[in-house]
Amino acid sequence: MEEKKPVVEMRSIRKVFLDVIANRDIDFSLYRGEVCSLLGENGAGKTTLMNVLFGYYALDGGEIYIKGEKVNLSSPKDAIDKGIGMIHQHFTLVPSQSVLENIIIGAAVEKGLFLDFKSAGERVVRLGEEFGLLINPDVKVWTLSVGEQQKVEILKALYRDVDILIMDEPTAVLAPKEIIELFKTLKALVKRGKSVVFISHKLNEVMEISDRIVVLRNGGVTAERKTSETNIRELANLMVGRDILEKLDRKNMIPGKPVLEIENLSVLNEKGLKAVKDLNLVVHKNEIVGVAGVSGNGQTELSESLFGIREPVSGVVKVNGKKVKKGNPAAAIDMGMGRIPEDRIETGLLMDLSVEENIILENHLKHGFQKYGLMNFNRIHEFSDKLIKDYKIKTAGSDIAAKSLSGGNLQKVILARELSGQPSVVIASQPTRGLDVGAMEYIHERLLEERDRGAGIMLISEDLDEVFTLSDRIVVMYEGEIIGEAGSGTASKEQIGLWMSGVKK
Amino acid sequence: MIRDIFQITFITGLIGATLRMATPIIFATLGEIITERAGVLNLGIEGIMLMGAMTGFIATITSGSLWFGILMAAGIGMILALLMAFLSVYLGLSQHVSGLGITLFSTGLAMFVYRLHFGSPTVPPTIKPFDPVAIPLLSKIPVIGPSFFNQYSLTYISWILIPLMALLLYKTNIGLKIRTVGENPFAADTVGVNVNLTRTLSLVAGGALMGVGGAFLTIVNGNMFLIDVVGGRGWVSIAMVIFGNWDPLKGALGALLFGFLDGLQLRLQGLGFNVPFHLFLLIPYLLTIIALIGVSRHATYPSALLKPYRREEKGG
Repeated sequence: MEEKKPVVEMRSIRKVFLDVIANRDIDFSLYRGEVCSLLGENGAGKTTLMNVLFGYYALDGGEIYIKGEKVNLSSPKDAIDKGIGMIHQHFTLVPSQSVLENIIIGAAVEKGLFLDFKSAGERVVRLGEEFGLLINPDVKVWTLSVGEQQKVEILKALYRDVDILIMDEPTAVLAPKEIIELFKTLKALVKRGKSVVFISHKLNEVMEISDRIVVLRNGGVTAERKTSETNIRELANLMVGRDILEKLDRKNMIPGKPVLEIENLSVLNEKGLKAVKDLNLVVHKNEIVGVAGVSGNGQTELSESLFGIREPVSGVVKVNGKKVKKGNPAAAIDMGMGRIPEDRIETGLLMDLSVEENIILENHLKHGFQKYGLMNFNRIHEFSDKLIKDYKIKTAGSDIAAKSLSGGNLQKVILARELSGQPSVVIASQPTRGLDVGAMEYIHERLLEERDRGAGIMLISEDLDEVFTLSDRIVVMYEGEIIGEAGSGTASKEQIGLWMSGVKK
Repeated sequence: MIRDIFQITFITGLIGATLRMATPIIFATLGEIITERAGVLNLGIEGIMLMGAMTGFIATITSGSLWFGILMAAGIGMILALLMAFLSVYLGLSQHVSGLGITLFSTGLAMFVYRLHFGSPTVPPTIKPFDPVAIPLLSKIPVIGPSFFNQYSLTYISWILIPLMALLLYKTNIGLKIRTVGENPFAADTVGVNVNLTRTLSLVAGGALMGVGGAFLTIVNGNMFLIDVVGGRGWVSIAMVIFGNWDPLKGALGALLFGFLDGLQLRLQGLGFNVPFHLFLLIPYLLTIIALIGVSRHATYPSALLKPYRREEKGG
């Protein structure tokens, strides 16, 4: 492979955001007919590097050669013209438009003044047949599953005759079965001489799909390996710079009385469809129940209805045996529910308020934080400073704006707020999504401590490893229902994976 | 009194008035639809219509050509829309503030220019407006003929514009770009569509339509310029965009509904009910609100409406 000429050659690429160096003098090559993985943690600079190649970010230094020719990519259009396509982690689709409209935008065939939907549709069907991406071009995108939407994204790139396809964390949103299909498609692509860049931090997937692996850490390349000459353990070390195989000190505990009881709960989503269907679930004292599932199967609606920010259409939720008022966040807090929302920036925190204001957000009327309607800041400082220390929150002070904190520290602020009141129930929704390994470990430890203290914890997560590490019991949500349940000792990843893709026993 | 309502002449007159009164709303609503479909709420609409009304009037009086007046009204609409594009698209300022700013600015400017040109005459100057154009044969059909086919040229043009706008949005490449820019500008950008340019062109096209809609009030269905000549029709058009769920056909239907109510209240005033005429003036606006309450709950806004687009300059 070394003798072959690369289709893409990036030389000492440098990209700086304000004061953060995202890419420091990276060299990267891609060859014809290979899948090359870019492996690295969040913030390692993988996506930035590829956005530079896609012309979305302007270079701050370095050179790019495509098929031996030096290029200047000032916009995605330039990259597409050179045969480079990129599928972003957040899909670039318009849900209200048809599959076909989404595919042909910007590359439309016209017949006179009007769009030639017919010939474009035929072309899409042909491409679909060739690469195993069968999607009806006339349906609206919002009716499709996430896996199907990804197929539309791939078709969109193929429609533009790309030779080089960049995929940014493509498996993050997929069920195990859909991942297998995606890998089949990727293999079909490279067989026809196309090249794929596969961005991921999942070691097993990288091992499975790629021919070559480039490891990034802190904006630089730490290593390059042929997949056949490496293993997961080595890659993990290269990626993080230390051993990451997490070992948690986990006591065996016997679950106590029920603290959270969900009975026949039904919740609607934005479209007015039932996202949670007649769901029953009990969480006991000293127990972590992991709710696994591919995103979009009702987890968001379930957690929001428990939090009191989305009113369920029917059903009962009890905390410590007492009914919780529907659609009333204050009632949920008062009855002892700690709530860790999946979107810490949009739902969990007010980014323009200070750290301490965020910490006392839920109980600013209690603990003597206010007197005669005025805030008692001495008391608030004292309280927050203690929590900032206890929860190891890295911040320049309790009075600085939350938006200056990193993701891991933001999550710790939420943890501090929610757990300081010693809740009897904790609902943790995607608590470590997007966090680096250090922050993730810390949050896992905290959740286990809460369980040992006596809380019942519902852990909603798409990360199977997380669910397996933490849970005493695992349930799987599929299309708004609990499709399967297993004790963490008896559950196999294969079985959970099958449930996640909707296969019943 | 009540019996008058059921007479043929009343009905013919009412249909005719409906179509006439709906014309400026159709122009402005179509203008706002193309703008909002691209992701920009143009609250400058009321001011742009007023400037269109004033410019069209003065251009007609100085040149003696009504069509020149229409052209200038479209021109001033395009210029003000460019200003809106500069503020809200290129500088990324709040669309609410930019739009309201343009309306306030235009209201002052319209009066200012009018005063510069005419001073403050005791009797406002007038022009000889457009005459209705009777379409041969069709205008001879009883009831339908005099009401539908004896209208102003601009009214006929507004009818043609409705399907044209629908075709543009749904069946052409530029329409697909406009809709995508209004729904997911990032998606448009990643396939090489120039988001800001597309938004600017949509604003400019919309501004031209708004300007003509304004001019209709001073040189077609009316013959003088008054400061309150637009009378909230710009705001009504914004309501009609929502009423029509950003669809040209449904939006025009809303405009016709408003035109009907406006025509009806005029006629009711003429029947001599013993109530203040202000109550009749209220009817179309009141019913517009009621209609909106019913429809707008199901409104599906263009997802990127109000959001200026910038390439993300931070990432992982």
